[in-house]
Amino acid sequence: MSVQATKADVDRVAAAIRRRVLLHTIENNGGYLCQACSSAETLATLYLRVMHLGPSVGPLIPREFDGVPGPGWPAGSGAAYNGERGPDNDRFLLSCTHYSLGLYAALIEVGRLDEHALDHYDRDGSTVEQIGAEHSPGIEVTTGSLAQALSIGLGIALARQERGDRGRVWVYMSDGELQEGQTWEALSLAAHHGLDHLGVYLDANGSQCDGPIYAVHEVEPIAERVRSFGWKVHEVDGHDSDALVAPALEPSHGKPLFVIARTCSWRGIPSLESRANKHYVRFRPGEAELALRDLRLSAEDARS
Amino acid sequence: MSAIEQVSRPYAASFVEFARNRREVLCLSADLTNSVEIDDFKKVCPDRFISCGLSEQAMMGVAGGLAREGLLPYVHTFAVFVTRRPYDQVAMSIAYPNLRVHLMGFLPGLTTPGGVTHQAIDDIALMRVLPNMTVVDCGDATDVESVLDATEDVDGPVYCRILRGRVPRLFREPLELGRARVLESGDDVCLFTSSVCTGEAMPAVAALRAKGLSIGHVHVSTLKPFTDPAVLEAVGAARRGVISLENHLVTGGLGSSLAELMAEQAIGHRLVRMGLYDTYAHGGSLPYLLEYYGLSARHVVDAVERLTGERFGIELERAAESEGAPSTEKAEAL
Repeated sequence: MSVQATKADVDRVAAAIRRRVLLHTIENNGGYLCQACSSAETLATLYLRVMHLGPSVGPLIPREFDGVPGPGWPAGSGAAYNGERGPDNDRFLLSCTHYSLGLYAALIEVGRLDEHALDHYDRDGSTVEQIGAEHSPGIEVTTGSLAQALSIGLGIALARQERGDRGRVWVYMSDGELQEGQTWEALSLAAHHGLDHLGVYLDANGSQCDGPIYAVHEVEPIAERVRSFGWKVHEVDGHDSDALVAPALEPSHGKPLFVIARTCSWRGIPSLESRANKHYVRFRPGEAELALRDLRLSAEDARS
Repeated sequence: MSAIEQVSRPYAASFVEFARNRREVLCLSADLTNSVEIDDFKKVCPDRFISCGLSEQAMMGVAGGLAREGLLPYVHTFAVFVTRRPYDQVAMSIAYPNLRVHLMGFLPGLTTPGGVTHQAIDDIALMRVLPNMTVVDCGDATDVESVLDATEDVDGPVYCRILRGRVPRLFREPLELGRARVLESGDDVCLFTSSVCTGEAMPAVAALRAKGLSIGHVHVSTLKPFTDPAVLEAVGAARRGVISLENHLVTGGLGSSLAELMAEQAIGHRLVRMGLYDTYAHGGSLPYLLEYYGLSARHVVDAVERLTGERFGIELERAAESEGAPSTEKAEAL
């Protein structure tokens, strides 16, 4: 965390995340672009203004795949990009791991990954996977099946509470994960244990694989529901960095913190709004040019 | 046979003794504290007792998170609620990252009066197919008392089937991980048993040996890894065939493990698998269920007779009336 970082810094990084993910999506003929659009300011705010992290100790050029965890093979190696562990350092757990592309882009823009790291994305033999596992840059837990990171974060937070660590545990999740029962088990259990150094930033972009959440399986009213489970809940504009930072600065008084970041999955690239499938964007002829124009980019930028 | 000692609640005291002075050990419970015999630990070490309530999915993630912090969580609930209900959580939050989480599953197989929802008849199969997972099935009070020490240093997750209540002591030597107990050696037939089936089968083996059959008997506690050379040796010696008897479906557990071993080692002996055959069970006492599903001592004799084509003229008591058999005491509650 840089104490000097401002909303303007976050806005610059968020714009760079969108630009990088859009160009990658065009080049790769597909990508989780809308998630990057909704999460850009939140991820940038977390890395620049909220989380207390040491400098990355992961290699700038991502490691090649060299085996899954097992005896003698450590778990959670992707966390190296979030710095050394320490009693005062925060932890970051990405729950909605299909947001990996946006996270990798964020790590690049904040200097924790090489600027060409996305060249490794979804390439055979690479750790920069589409749906990252815990060897992937910035990813500490393997949560691609969704809704598991909060429970793991709860366990980590319990251990840290017992140790007297000052660092906090941040879980970044998506609103669709509120449809999973495990989320509510964990919300209830975290409140029961009074884990006030556990915090969630929820990307409430109202979108899931099958379409708008209200049409698939409504999860609202999120704030009332989560508050009734014993959490301290804030509902903010998820594209306004100052609004995103403010809840993390307030004392929690024995309750875990839940920040609902209200976001838009075509933020910055309005031509995405009319797409039926916002879960995974694959451009048809002509659409990429519209998206590039939204970001004031040219076809030359896409090719360079 | 000399009188067989019956041990009351062997896990309760063993866990307290094991965990009391190991500060990194935590006890996780899912609302079944008395039923899984961790009530004594809760009294002795309340600060290391983590109540999760009826939240098995979250509990598995919590255990994974604690293990990532260098602690040693022991998760306690009924075997069905360890293995079936939170399967993806066990696989992804514990097994994939190879975390040192001990999953203690109580009331394995037919040892519960609770009926189909409480009968873990597929748990070994489910845990055995998970990479990184070690699987142990206790068969007597000594197994229960020694499984904590035997598995403490495993570098990865461990699933243990634990017997509770009044448990017979069949063995003197502590359980050794990866080592079966060769109770009898023989070169006609070899019977492999696990869990409560070992005690149930002992009178059948004794009676058959008294009739002159050279029958071996091996108690298997470690289902994974299934690499004990003593098992391979016993299988190879049994020229007229091998029988497995397990408190589980015949698929995915002991019988399947033997079938895989025999096929891969090209041991062309017959294999008779005794256990539940592609069926769920229902609620009832253990002796009744062992009789009903064909897992009792007299069914072992029947299987041996079919395998050898000989009649031995053995009359056995009904299931579970011998001292080494599992308790016939009706559980008061779940």
